Amino acid sequence: MFDYGLFRFEDKQDLFVKAIRFWNPDKTKFWQDVGVDLVIDRREGYCLYDMSGRRLIDLHLNGGTYNFGHRHPEIVETLKGALDYFDMGNHWFPSVARAALSEALVKSAPGMKYAIFGAGGAEAVEIALKSARYATKRRKIVSIIKGYHGHSGLSVATGDERFTKIFLADRPDEFVQVPFNDIAAMERVLAGRDVAALIMETIPATYGFPMPNEGYLNACKALCEKHGTMYIADEVQTGLMRTGEMWGFQTYGVEPDIFVTAKGLGGGIYPISAAVVNEKCGGWLNEDGAAHISTSGGAELGCIVAYKVMEMLQRPELVSNVHSVTRFFAEGMAEMMQRHSDIFVGVRQKGVVLGLEFDHPEGAVSVSRALYEHGVWAIFSSLDKRVLQFKPGVLLSADMCQEILDRFDAAMPRARELLRQLPKAA
Amino acid sequence: MVETANKPLLVVPDVIRQTASMKLDGARWAAAKLARTGRADIARIVDAVAAAGHAKARHYAEWAVRETGYGVVEHKIMKNEACSKGVVDLYRDEDFVTPRIDASRKMVELPRPAGVVLALVPVTNPVATVFFKTLLSLMTRNAVLLCPHPGAKEVCVDAANTLAEAAKAAGAPDGAIQVIEEPTIPLIEYLMSDERVDLIVATGGPAVVKAAYRSGNPALGVGPGNAPVLVDGTSDIKLAAQRIVASKSFDNSILCTNESVVLAFEAIADRLLAEMKACKAHICTPEETAKVRKLLFTDTGFNGAVIGKDAGWIAREAGFSANGAKILVTPVDLVQPEEKLVREKLCPVLAFARVGGIDQAVSCARSMMRKTGRGHSAAAHSNDENNILAFAAAVPALRIAVNAGCSLGASGFETNLGPSMTIGTGFAGGSSIGDNLTPHHFVQFARIAYNKEASVSFGAFEGRDPLNLPRAAAGPVVQPQLQLHSGGLDADAMRQELRKIILEELNAVLAA
Repeated sequence: MFDYGLFRFEDKQDLFVKAIRFWNPDKTKFWQDVGVDLVIDRREGYCLYDMSGRRLIDLHLNGGTYNFGHRHPEIVETLKGALDYFDMGNHWFPSVARAALSEALVKSAPGMKYAIFGAGGAEAVEIALKSARYATKRRKIVSIIKGYHGHSGLSVATGDERFTKIFLADRPDEFVQVPFNDIAAMERVLAGRDVAALIMETIPATYGFPMPNEGYLNACKALCEKHGTMYIADEVQTGLMRTGEMWGFQTYGVEPDIFVTAKGLGGGIYPISAAVVNEKCGGWLNEDGAAHISTSGGAELGCIVAYKVMEMLQRPELVSNVHSVTRFFAEGMAEMMQRHSDIFVGVRQKGVVLGLEFDHPEGAVSVSRALYEHGVWAIFSSLDKRVLQFKPGVLLSADMCQEILDRFDAAMPRARELLRQLPKAA
Repeated sequence: MVETANKPLLVVPDVIRQTASMKLDGARWAAAKLARTGRADIARIVDAVAAAGHAKARHYAEWAVRETGYGVVEHKIMKNEACSKGVVDLYRDEDFVTPRIDASRKMVELPRPAGVVLALVPVTNPVATVFFKTLLSLMTRNAVLLCPHPGAKEVCVDAANTLAEAAKAAGAPDGAIQVIEEPTIPLIEYLMSDERVDLIVATGGPAVVKAAYRSGNPALGVGPGNAPVLVDGTSDIKLAAQRIVASKSFDNSILCTNESVVLAFEAIADRLLAEMKACKAHICTPEETAKVRKLLFTDTGFNGAVIGKDAGWIAREAGFSANGAKILVTPVDLVQPEEKLVREKLCPVLAFARVGGIDQAVSCARSMMRKTGRGHSAAAHSNDENNILAFAAAVPALRIAVNAGCSLGASGFETNLGPSMTIGTGFAGGSSIGDNLTPHHFVQFARIAYNKEASVSFGAFEGRDPLNLPRAAAGPVVQPQLQLHSGGLDADAMRQELRKIILEELNAVLAA
């Protein structure tokens, strides 16, 4: 019996039945089919506990939502303290929490002027695209093939057709896609001088973290400047110190017109997102500040949590930890690749953002399962299933990193076995 | 508007504690890296750190005296030098890194560092202790997190950062040397009980040492001193007087090994006093002794303000003049704990008692140490081996410096005891170690032990480096038999079960 006070479930099967019946049958069954029968129950630090009590080390982190781990005590204490005084607040009025967080975000990168808040990444992307359209008086948006920016009206239109066609949400006339790392294609599409914004993840996550070629992002930014297009950096998965700097674009020396942050900004406990804009893109905030409003965007409790997140991320001790985790997996994965070179063929890494390449079009699905069976939860890339998203948290300890590597090593024979059972790649 | 002058409106996390917790994680990363570092690299780091400390010995000596008000700059320079380059040179030929092969015992010993050392730094010897504990940690491949006494935090933080920069420049990992910038007693207690700490090295007051042992983590703690000094008729009285005055005035008696009470044989007592006077000891009159007693021991306990102050200052505060005096000698009749002047004083006030012979000297020494100083230090100025043996066998001290000043003798600088800023007070003094703290206390060994039967031959380990072994050839892949614990069902069985349930559900819905 799982008695949560408010509701109770007989056992895990009871939950599966209700999830299928009332929540999402396909998603529930999908995980059954790939051998991941996970229902997250307890969670603490970088560990998840299945309803069966089984412990899993979380390397999925929901794209960095759990950058600090689950229920980080300092974040929890901050929210608890805030709950004795604040609530969501009233978005119509200026507020201490929003002002403080705006200042922290604006000062975190040069050239920025205002922060505009949402409740989730898609909402912040929405704000970014609207702000770029305002600034340029153009409509067209360019994004990367296999890029991913969320599921709301404008944001989903930038993404893969898997998410648009089903809802008739594609808008090919206004939303144009170009291949990643193809600067000539980018030049062609921007040269028409009718593009409001280029939006790109600094490293495309759902595409399996392919690394931008040397100079690619800078060239994109230069093209944007040349053709009057706003450059929007989607930092949802690469921001918040995950690449070793506060924002991923900083590691490439790019200065965007707008950047978007979400997921980890809420410390894994209170959803909040932000589009941080330069003066030009933030012009509408002087002209008609209520042109975009959001009741839950910039909720004060979220602002307080995010403010704490930003403060923690700037501690030298934390920065040092990110570098330690980065080095550890750079060395560790090189070693693993040597040992398991028959299946494990490549590592893409920037900071604690890693994509591990396996030698089969669906390879990462098998590896994900093998790792799951070995107590590690890491998810494959939805849009490139060769690649396993491997996302260690910025506060991971030395001991747990070693445990992860040991478990990874132990899981490889099982991964090999599962891969052998897959149909051969065409 | 609500004012926020005193107390914030929100209850917020203790950032200092949370940051300290992150430092422990950093130390663990560094410890993992150091444990895989070879001897030459360690030696380079240790030398760089020692040189950095040595170069600023005077700077930090002056700063420590300025910040704490304790001690003598010139003497602190000596200690800072001895605890930087001095201590490194002393252990230069010892190897705490390379495996030791003992063919005769058919054993190989692999050094195993503690990992993360939490080093508590006392206010009395702040910089020397920072240097000392850091170097001992590094020599043995440990990361160190220094917790200075709040009264000496500024100089300690600066000194620790100087060492950390030197270490980093020499190739040490980030986090090998760290310091708590804002130490408080609750914070130190929190750190001491944290499971990420492998070893606590506690020097300080009895409360903090006891807390270290209560923490649940392995600890090396040391108790307070209170050294009796035997002077018998066989000693060179003049030399004894010189040594006692020099030692008692060294750094204004701030070393816990300093002389507390002279137990002089009656026959030579007057001569000893005269010789001490010639060495600029001020011999107090009974009235002056009473004044000193009143100054040092108030109604509420020991007066910490006198710690490490010079003799002239103490005399002035007590209400008399002793200009130019190096120490104040306060003759006492009773050598029992109720005579407060025979307790530990940490200032250049030396109690002086006359004894009839060795038996009375022993009983006096035992009596004064009943209250404080057990397991610590004693000194004997004597050329009579029987007296020395009788004294050493009966007093509850673990080191008896002979014909040497106690401050630098018992702490190992003027004897062949290990030079140390941390003096183990052993079982009698509430400590797990009875030696002067040395690098040996920071490392343990994994032992490869062969069958001792002569028919079993010992392996050839010479020239092999566990950090750099040839790559193992890929062996056959062993597939472990996995069983997922999902309510007793494996994944396939669970899927079958679910399909069945779903089908039943659907049928039920369709039938309705």
